[in-house]
Amino acid sequence: MQTAARGLEALLVERGVSRRAFLKFTGSMAAALSLPRSFGPRIAEALATAPRVPVVWLEGQDCAGNTESFLRASHPTVSELVLGILSVDYHETIMAPAGAAAEKSLSDTITAHPNGYIAVVEGAIPTAENGIFCTVAGSTFESIVHEVTTNALVTIAVGSCAFDGGLPRAHGGPTGAVGVKDVVPNAKVINLPGCPMNVQNLTATIVHYLTFGQFPATDTLGRPLFAYGQLIHDQCERRAHFDSGEYVLAWGDEGHRQGWCLYRMGCKGPETFSNCPTARFNDATSWPVKSGHGCVGCAMPDFWDQMSPFYRRLPSVPGAPSSVTPDEIGLGFVGAVGALTALHAGASYVRARRRSPEGASESETSSPSDLREPPAPGGPPPLSRTDLPAQGGDGNDLGSGRDGTHGQGA
Amino acid sequence: MAVMPAPAPAPAPTVLLPSTPAVAQEVRRDDGIGTPSGQRVRLYVWEVPVRLTHWLTFFSIVVLSVTGGYIASPFLLPPGGAVMSTVFAIHMGAAFVFLASGILRTYWLFAGNRFSSWRAFVPTNRRHLAEIIEQAKWYAFLRKDLPRVVGHNALASGTYLVVFFLFLVQTLTGFALASVHGNAIESALFGWVPLVTGGIQGMRLIHHLIMWVIIGFAIHHVYSAVLVDHWEKTGVMSSIFGGYKFITRRDVQAARDGGMDLGDIER
Repeated sequence: MQTAARGLEALLVERGVSRRAFLKFTGSMAAALSLPRSFGPRIAEALATAPRVPVVWLEGQDCAGNTESFLRASHPTVSELVLGILSVDYHETIMAPAGAAAEKSLSDTITAHPNGYIAVVEGAIPTAENGIFCTVAGSTFESIVHEVTTNALVTIAVGSCAFDGGLPRAHGGPTGAVGVKDVVPNAKVINLPGCPMNVQNLTATIVHYLTFGQFPATDTLGRPLFAYGQLIHDQCERRAHFDSGEYVLAWGDEGHRQGWCLYRMGCKGPETFSNCPTARFNDATSWPVKSGHGCVGCAMPDFWDQMSPFYRRLPSVPGAPSSVTPDEIGLGFVGAVGALTALHAGASYVRARRRSPEGASESETSSPSDLREPPAPGGPPPLSRTDLPAQGGDGNDLGSGRDGTHGQGA
Repeated sequence: MAVMPAPAPAPAPTVLLPSTPAVAQEVRRDDGIGTPSGQRVRLYVWEVPVRLTHWLTFFSIVVLSVTGGYIASPFLLPPGGAVMSTVFAIHMGAAFVFLASGILRTYWLFAGNRFSSWRAFVPTNRRHLAEIIEQAKWYAFLRKDLPRVVGHNALASGTYLVVFFLFLVQTLTGFALASVHGNAIESALFGWVPLVTGGIQGMRLIHHLIMWVIIGFAIHHVYSAVLVDHWEKTGVMSSIFGGYKFITRRDVQAARDGGMDLGDIER
């Protein structure tokens, strides 16, 4: 394929991208990567001479949502991305060739650039029934992922489905769907979860490589720290309303119109790591909370199951109907304890009365019973605390301490 | 003052084998007052760390439950100012008090007297184990009298083991929930917790449900303490304030954790 020896800047100028726009882009990339402003020129310098990187983009069990996100790339726009920074040689949704010609693009790229191309995987990978739930050109998606990722420079799993199986794996799922890392555990995989991922994070990841020759630092789940290192809650523009106790209580109420915090509407910002509030979507126009809807935690592992119900603060208690809240269960438990206690107290009152049938005070009249003497002719009242010795050598008579030893050392 | 018992084996019961009728008559004649065996002695049972941690735990649980309930679902307080962040700060402050109390009590499991030692909680012998069932029988009205004990009864200490475990889970999930905001030390110490609990939300659910369990336990705990106090008349309720219980010499000798030399203990 076209291995442009020319630098990117020349290509971009050829495409009518001004120097000013180019520098704006490198500046925004430095910001996205949490680098100092001074890195903008350095990125520009690196990109100006960087060769284009071949990219193959695979789609498995997906909705093409990450492709949609990719197509909405700005700074630079998608055409600049496709034709400039990246050489997208294979992308089922947007490429011109079809059929055997398309498959040839794929095999040509991966054979021509061993360890030199970026594999982007979108969508989950079905593994049940030998992976027949998703096949492309007669091969299972699982085998394609194996083949393509083996010699890739890096594999970038975009979207939550490629991250951990996402929606096809939700609630188990019938196809045995898993993420890329589950299929090729030894491959170098960078995960960009989200539903969809934010294309700015994809661009920044690649720019980081082009600038520094290595991919950005990731956490234990393979997510770049620059994008997934902080809670949404801690970056949220509505955080001040949270701290002030100003919450939306119903859709469309006064608080909602005022743009208050969506915490009580089940927003999962406090448990979701992503840079949505700062990167935003659609040319940095907006993101869910800015548009008045709580975060659903789509960038987190197993989000469909773990973050449900989306409109309640806490998940449902496992085993209980989803309509029952944890607080109803907790209150029910405490109520049951209270009711049992009241019952027991009533029964204990009766027992205490029977213990001293004369109705005498329990103090001194019952003190002989503390000595626990056995029944004897003309002995104590039958219901006094004399039962223990009466049991004689009964092994259950724990109180007698017959052996004179104590059960435990000091 | 009371004297802490030496760990020496119990003196032979010079007084009154209960199953001997002749002796028993002698006891009855003495009417339990003034004889060495029926005389109540003042025993120092709960040392200062035990009582201190009990009340630190109590107060921190009250504060943690109220503030935690607010954090989960804000109530009463009107919006404005820094109400949520203030409540959250109080919750964290109380959490550290709770943690400190737990650490001290854990240390005292190994440094304290026989009534606060870990041996008082973990059944290490058959008698202790069987006493759990006997104590449960008394609660279930299947047994007329309580097994004799000086410190925790076997069933109560078994319950406290469960509660200690809940406290531990509550501490782990609580600090793990705090760690998601990025504190490096908390992340290093507690970052593994969400991997066990099925994510941050699972951790939050556990943290929330255990609060309800602890509230339920608190109801039971106060009730059974009052009940046993009323039955035994050894001053259980006041012992958690003052540390002393008032038990007859005979009961001390008969108790599972008794058997100590009471020779020089004041009445």
